[in-house]
This record gives sequence, structure tokens and C-alpha cells, in this order.
Amino acid sequence: MQSTSRQFKDNAHRALNDATLQRALGNVKTGFQEKRAQVVSELPEFEALRDAGRDIKNHVLANLDFYLERFEENVTANGGHVHWCRTPAEARETILEICRRREAKTVTKGKSMVAEEIGLNDYLEEHGVEPIETDLGEYIIQLRHEPPSHIIAPAIHVTREQIAEDFRRHHTDLDPNRRLEEPRDFTDEARAKLRERYFAADVGITGANFLIAETGSTVIVTNEGNGDMTQLLGKAHVVVASLEKIVPTLEDASTILRLLARSATGQEMSVYTSFSTGPKRDADMDGPEEFHVVLLDNGRSAMLGTEFQDMLRCIRCAACMNHCPVYAAVGGHAYGWVYPGPMGSVLTPSLIGVEEAGHLPNASTFCGRCESVCPMRIPLPKMMRHYRQREFEKGLSPQKARAGLSVWSYFATRPSLYRLATRVATGLLGRMGRGKGRFSSLPLAGGWTSVRDMPAPEGRTFHDLYKERAAAGTRS
Amino acid sequence: MAQSSSANLPTSANPTSSSDARATKAPRVGLFVTCLVDMFRPSVGFAALKLLEDAGCTVVVPAEQTCCGQPAFNSGDNKDARAVAAQVIEAFEGLDYVVAPSGSCAGMIREHYPELFADDPAMAQRAQHVAKRTYELTSFLVDVLGVTSVDAAMSGTITYHDSCSGLRELEVKTQPRRLLAGVKELTLTELPGAEVCCGFGGTFCVKYPEISDKMVTNKAEEIVATGADTLLAGDLGCLLNMAGKLKRLGAETKVRHVAEVLAGMTDTPAIGDPKAVGPKEER
Amino acid sequence: MSARDDILGSIRKSLGRSALAGDDAAQLHQRLGRPQRNLIPDRTAGRDTAGLTALFMDKAREFACTVDEVDSFEAVPEAVRAYLSRENLPARVVQAPALADSPDGALDWSAAPTVEVKTGTSDGSEDTSVTPVFAAIAETGTLMLTSDAATPTGLNFLPENHIALVRRSQMVGPLEDAWARFRAARAKADGDGFGMPRTVNLITGPSRTGDIEQKIQMGAHGPRRLHVIIVAD
Repeated sequence: MQSTSRQFKDNAHRALNDATLQRALGNVKTGFQEKRAQVVSELPEFEALRDAGRDIKNHVLANLDFYLERFEENVTANGGHVHWCRTPAEARETILEICRRREAKTVTKGKSMVAEEIGLNDYLEEHGVEPIETDLGEYIIQLRHEPPSHIIAPAIHVTREQIAEDFRRHHTDLDPNRRLEEPRDFTDEARAKLRERYFAADVGITGANFLIAETGSTVIVTNEGNGDMTQLLGKAHVVVASLEKIVPTLEDASTILRLLARSATGQEMSVYTSFSTGPKRDADMDGPEEFHVVLLDNGRSAMLGTEFQDMLRCIRCAACMNHCPVYAAVGGHAYGWVYPGPMGSVLTPSLIGVEEAGHLPNASTFCGRCESVCPMRIPLPKMMRHYRQREFEKGLSPQKARAGLSVWSYFATRPSLYRLATRVATGLLGRMGRGKGRFSSLPLAGGWTSVRDMPAPEGRTFHDLYKERAAAGTRS
Repeated sequence: MAQSSSANLPTSANPTSSSDARATKAPRVGLFVTCLVDMFRPSVGFAALKLLEDAGCTVVVPAEQTCCGQPAFNSGDNKDARAVAAQVIEAFEGLDYVVAPSGSCAGMIREHYPELFADDPAMAQRAQHVAKRTYELTSFLVDVLGVTSVDAAMSGTITYHDSCSGLRELEVKTQPRRLLAGVKELTLTELPGAEVCCGFGGTFCVKYPEISDKMVTNKAEEIVATGADTLLAGDLGCLLNMAGKLKRLGAETKVRHVAEVLAGMTDTPAIGDPKAVGPKEER
Repeated sequence: MSARDDILGSIRKSLGRSALAGDDAAQLHQRLGRPQRNLIPDRTAGRDTAGLTALFMDKAREFACTVDEVDSFEAVPEAVRAYLSRENLPARVVQAPALADSPDGALDWSAAPTVEVKTGTSDGSEDTSVTPVFAAIAETGTLMLTSDAATPTGLNFLPENHIALVRRSQMVGPLEDAWARFRAARAKADGDGFGMPRTVNLITGPSRTGDIEQKIQMGAHGPRRLHVIIVAD
């Protein structure tokens, strides 16, 4: 996927002025925040489970090569194949090759962010294979030719009026005057439409929430059941997953499952958690004939051992973006690449470079709400700060800001000069602002006063007043 | 992240080298004024001074302080951040405690100074020494000094915004409310979304003014909807941001730092109000 | 170099070490070979079968299942008939082969002669499936189903309605207890670990989606209704 992260500010501007988008974003709070808070409050061990989840992932990352090899052994022992792919291009080609071998015309897809990361749909289409998204949200944005704007609710930016238009435009075999108003109407129509596609599909592609080293299983977690039907009805099941999804055992996956759905949708468990191991057994009545795991690195192995290693604990629950005030203001598309919100602000520069995605780690107030809800206790603000550091060291941060900082630090490290400067500035601003108590515009402060007033200083600095009072021997 | 606020508390009122026999002696508290209070609202500094002295502290205001270094630190300029931090450490390390009327600056010293000097063991140790003794004002009063009430009155209804750094880095949440509960004639109406960022974020608000505007507009609307006369918070940056937006929107809500109310020093104009309005702004 | 070697090499380079060997590798092999439980919530601690059943029923209902209890396996066909009638559903089911011919006994549908019964997997045209489960997890009202010649996965997803039969003896507390039974039941004859079926499905309630303006709708792709019949045994 081509990134527009460099245009973050323009993207954000458009998003903020898009009334429909703003209305759609209003659903985040009730849809996710309140439900998460409720379900977390009902599990006294939640905080301790966060520690446990973090520890499991840390253990995995420290031994990632070992567990990947065990995973591969067990996939193979169960009749499946593991394909190691360094780059998105290798992953795309591998998947196309499997499709070609099966002479696939259509493939159904369960929701996968890694598939987005490697730009799979466009690639398959260019090569004559039709991909059909089956997650309802993904289906909607595929009809709209849009990327997802959220990692678990890809169509969160779309209103039902827009979906009605999309459905009428695409489902032309249906009565044009049919009712499309209630959520039920849309769900039923998509259910019927996609049913036909599942049975016709040659290959089913899903992502994975976990890869289990002990058993060679891949795990998907969904509410709709689309991922299960995708893998059940396709003649080959292709799992595309990044390598940090590995966990050692079924028990380890179980621990993290207690965190995942609660953090994501505010459920205790998602409806379907499915462990897939190899192709259909000889005696089985259903299931795919082939089982492939496409294992993607794409820069992750290079994140190990760096200050960004903790990011590889991420389980893609989306709690960070569900609680991010910046995400709530601009939505996911503004971030300009596959992964939005706080996790994207760390992962995107890690995967496509800080030169490309430098805005993202800067567009944060460091309010820390993301870290406070992250089930894997990923220190997201700290890592965004590390990126700001890299940008500063590489000279990528804006010249104006750098100049401002060097003036500031010149004074800030010279207290008596600083006193003098602040005395003058404060006195001047205090006198100028005394009448109104605030400024509605101020030279050099346009960033501030373009959107809000600047309260005027009281007129003298604390340090001057304190010195004066101390000299007079009075107390406050 | 935030450590439990009780985890690092010294066991006596005087944790430094002075002998335990003098544990009852008034603790020597260094007031970290903060750059914004120094320039914009010295009243907050004097309110903090009064609260600390009323609680029995000997308050020192080291002259060699300017800023905590966040503008540099949060911009990725660690070199300048270290220079400023070293100056703060130097100025405050001889005192029993460092107290700031700001969760953001206290959080910077407490949570981030040690990490700034991770490559310099000697400085890291000094940073750690100061960090462990640094508190946000209301948290210091309640958690360290055990203050349960203040001698102040203010008639009216207030609402409270929990500034992010104080809340999440230092677990400041109940402390200001516990103290406010003792202010006579005062009613607290909780702010829905009190824990959501106001959009200040230091340089964020001028680097991304449109996004900041969206956030502070939401915040201002929620504040007005509470019907409270006055908005309080513990960080001047957030207060300037919210007051600026409330003024721009023409809202009547007064804005003050919580220390002013706790110290009973509300005869100054509220933040962003003209001097002419005079000392009594209550209806 | 192959992509595989490249990736493993890159991981080791980043971690600053070579491939694990000796004691380090042995410890990890042991961690895999004898899986340990991590922290388990107290929610199900100390509950007997009756207590677990009660919790399971609460949780399953909370997550939009309907639940019935019957005294015996023989009473299941009538309970299915009554459910279909109550919900105004066609009196037709497709049952898992395991229910037609099982060492534990087959369902005798002569007790519910009005119900038309087919045995096999689903081709997507059936209204209602009836399946056994491997375990029922009280902690979250979750069913564990495993794929097998006699328990095809299609029955769990393709019909509009899914009726799952849970024997009380299949009731466990936390998910880890279900895995313990699973490992034991599937232990290999040579004692070297256990065999995985193609699929293990954990199912908690009927299919749902929130993709239309975050409003929850049942029956996105999978069954619209999930009915659990708990059988005393």
C-alpha cells in the first residue's frame, strides 16, 4: 500500500472537515470504550493477566527463532507448508503461486492486516484472481475501494447511508427499492451475497491472531464466522501472518485470549476462536485439501533488540486507537498507511521508515491513554518519543522547531539571562493583555491563537515577586 | 508507567541524610515553580507556597530553576533536555522533596530524568535521588504529608479535568478531590471524559493546531455542559488551553488552578479574565 | 541464502546470539513438552459440576445463547423438537454423524417423529444442525468443538441455527481445563504428545457483527441462533 503519511496534516485537515466522518467517529466511544471498561471491571485478575501476557510475549521475542522453527516442524508434521517471506513482494508472489497452482478464479478472504500490509488484493486482481473480502466491514470498504480505517472495525468511518448507496450500486440484481435502513437489512443482504462466494471460492485466505509453536496451529478470532467459512470452504487454506504472532503453547494463547477480546470489543471472548492445524484429514467430511502458512518478516526481525522491540508484543486489539483522542478526531485514514492510531504511530515508521512516517510519532499529546489500556503494556508514548529523537538526530524535524528549541535551551540553561528575558516578555504581555485578560491573536503564536485565545500573563514573574517579598520579609 | 504512589514513599518525613532523631523537623521542600506558572500565573506559585507552609513545610525556591526540560525532551532533543535536567538536579538535590504545582513537570522529573541519564551512571544516580523525592502538589499534600483538609472557602460549583501526566504517570486522581471536598461552600460536578486529553500536549497544540482544536472544543463543550461555574485542573498548560478555548467560544466558565482554590486565593482574576472584573468573580 | 535462513539469521543477529543449543534449547523444549498454566482467574475456582453448570448457563445466556436442560440423552430429541416449535423453525435438522452412531449411544429420534433428521455435514441449505461438543467452558460460556470424521466443522457454521448438546460431565471451569482433557483424550499411543484435529472451534454465542455503525447484529455469517441443551449424565 502506498503511504500518504507524509501528508498527515492535509489528511487530518480533510478528516476534520468531513462531517460524515465526524459523525461516524462518534460511535467509537460507546462502541468500544464503555464496553471495554465494563468487561475489564468484571475480571479482578485483568491487571495481573496483562503482566502475564507481556511476559509470554517477551519470552517469545527473546527466543523467536527457536519457536518459529518448532512451529514450522509442527505445521509440516500435520501436513501443512510454511513459506518464509522476507518482503511483501515475496509474500504476494508465494500466495499468487498457490492460487495459480489451484487454478483459482476467486479467493475468499478473512480479515487480515498483514494482507493489507503486503497489498495482496490489488496484486491478486492484477494477476487475474478475484479476491473477495468476507468480513462485513472489509466487504464494505472493498466495495468502496478504500483501505480499512481501523484494525478491527475496518469500516468504522462509514455511515449506514453510505453503505446503502454502495450496496445499491453493487448488488444490482436485487430490487432497487428494497429497504436498506436498519443494520439488520445490511447484515442480511451481505450474508446472502457472500454465501454464494464462499462455496465458489478456490482458495480461502485468512490472517492469524496467534501461531502456536507447540502444535503448528494458526488461530483466528472473529465474531462473524467469516474466517471459519473462508478456510472451511476454500479448497486450499492460506494463512498469512507476521512472525511475531507466535506463542509457545495452547495455554499461552489462552492467557492472551483473556486479554484480547476484552481489550478489543469489550467481550469476554469473541464468538469464534478457531485453531487450525493442517489440511483436512483423510476421514474428515469437510475442510481444505491444502494448508499453507505464509510467514512474513518485512522488517520485524530487525526491530528485535532495538528500543522498538516491545512493539512486537502487539496483539492488534485496537484498544490504543479506541482510546486515542487524536484517532477520535481524525480517524484512521489520516495516518496514511495500514496501521492507524498509536500502534500505527510506532509500527508504521518501523516498517516503512521514519522519513516517510515522521509525522505519526509527533502527532501525539503523550496523554498516555493508549499505554494505560494496552493489554500487552507496550510503552507506546515512549517509543513515539524514541522516534522523535531519531528524527531530531537525523535532522528530519522541521527547521523552525529546531531553531526555536536552540533559542529556548540557550536561555533555559542560563537562569539569570532567563529571568531577564521572562521578566521583559511577561511584563510586556501582561501590560498588553491587561484590559481583556487574553489575546485573540499574537505575533509568533499563530498556532495557538488560530484556534483559541491566549490568556494574558498576570504581569510579573513568580521569581521576581518572590524575591521582592522575600526581601520585604513577608510571607506570601 | 506510573508507579503506585505509595511504593516509593519515604518512611519518615525526612528521608535524606539528616538523622532520624530530627524526623519531626519541618521537611525542606523545594518548590519547582514551573516555567508556565512563573511567566503566566505567579498566583499559582504563591498558592502552592501557602499550602506547603500551612502544612508545616519549610519551602525553598531555588533561583537556579527555569524549566523541567519537556519542550526539548518531547521534541527528541535529548542533549538540551539533559542540560536543563542537570540544572534542576543540581538546584534541588540537597532538599528533602521537590514539589511542583504540575503533574506534567513532576512526572518529567520523577519518571523521565533517570531515563535521560541512562548512559551516565553518576548522573543517573543523582537523577534517581531527585526523582524519588519529587511530587505533584496535591499528591504531596495528601500522600506524603497526610493533609486531610484545607482552610478555604469558595461558593459555587466546580468541575475538574484530570491532566494526563499527573493522572497516568503519577496517579493523581483522588488527591485533589479529597482536598476540594474540604473547601467550604463548594460543590464538585464531575466532568464526563475528565480523563480524556484536552489537546494541549506541549508543542503538539501549535504543531497540530487543527487536531488540538478538535480535542479542546470537545473538552470545552463538555465543560460547559456540566453547568459548573469554574473549571479546575492541576496543570497550567492544560488550563491555558482550555481557558483559551472557552474564551474563544464565549463561555462564561471561570478557569483556575486547583491550588488557588485550595489556598483560598481566588481574589485574582480567573485565567484569561481581565483585571477590571475585580476580585470577586463569583455570582 | 534462502528466505528462511535469512530471517532466522536476522533474528539471531538482532538478538546478538547464534541458534540456541544445549541447556537453553533444552529448557525451551521442556516448556513446550510440558505446557504450564499461567495465571487463571478465580471465577471458576472451587465449583463442582453443578456450580460450573450454573455459571456456564449464566454466561452462555449473557452472550446471547439460549439454554435448556434435560435429564437424559434419551430426552434430547423431544427437547430439540420443542425448541424448533417454540422458535417457529422448520422441523428439520442435520445431525453430526457422531450422534447417529456413537459408543456413548445414538440419538433415538423416534421420540420426536415430526422432526426430519439427516446425518452428515452441511451444504449450507439446512436450517438447523445438532452437534455434540468436546467440552463446555464455564468461565466464559464457551463451547469447544473439534473436527473429526464424525463431527464435521460445517455443522458449526453453515446452518442458520445450531443446537449443541453438552453432557454435564463435559463441563469444565477455565479454558485450560478443557485443554487438559483435550490433551488426554488425544494422547498418542506411543505417549509422545497428542494429535491435533484439523480444527478446534471455541464458540461463545451466535455469530455477530458490529460493522454497521457499531450496532451489534446477530447472524453475520454463522448461525443466527445458538441453542445449548445440557444433558445430565
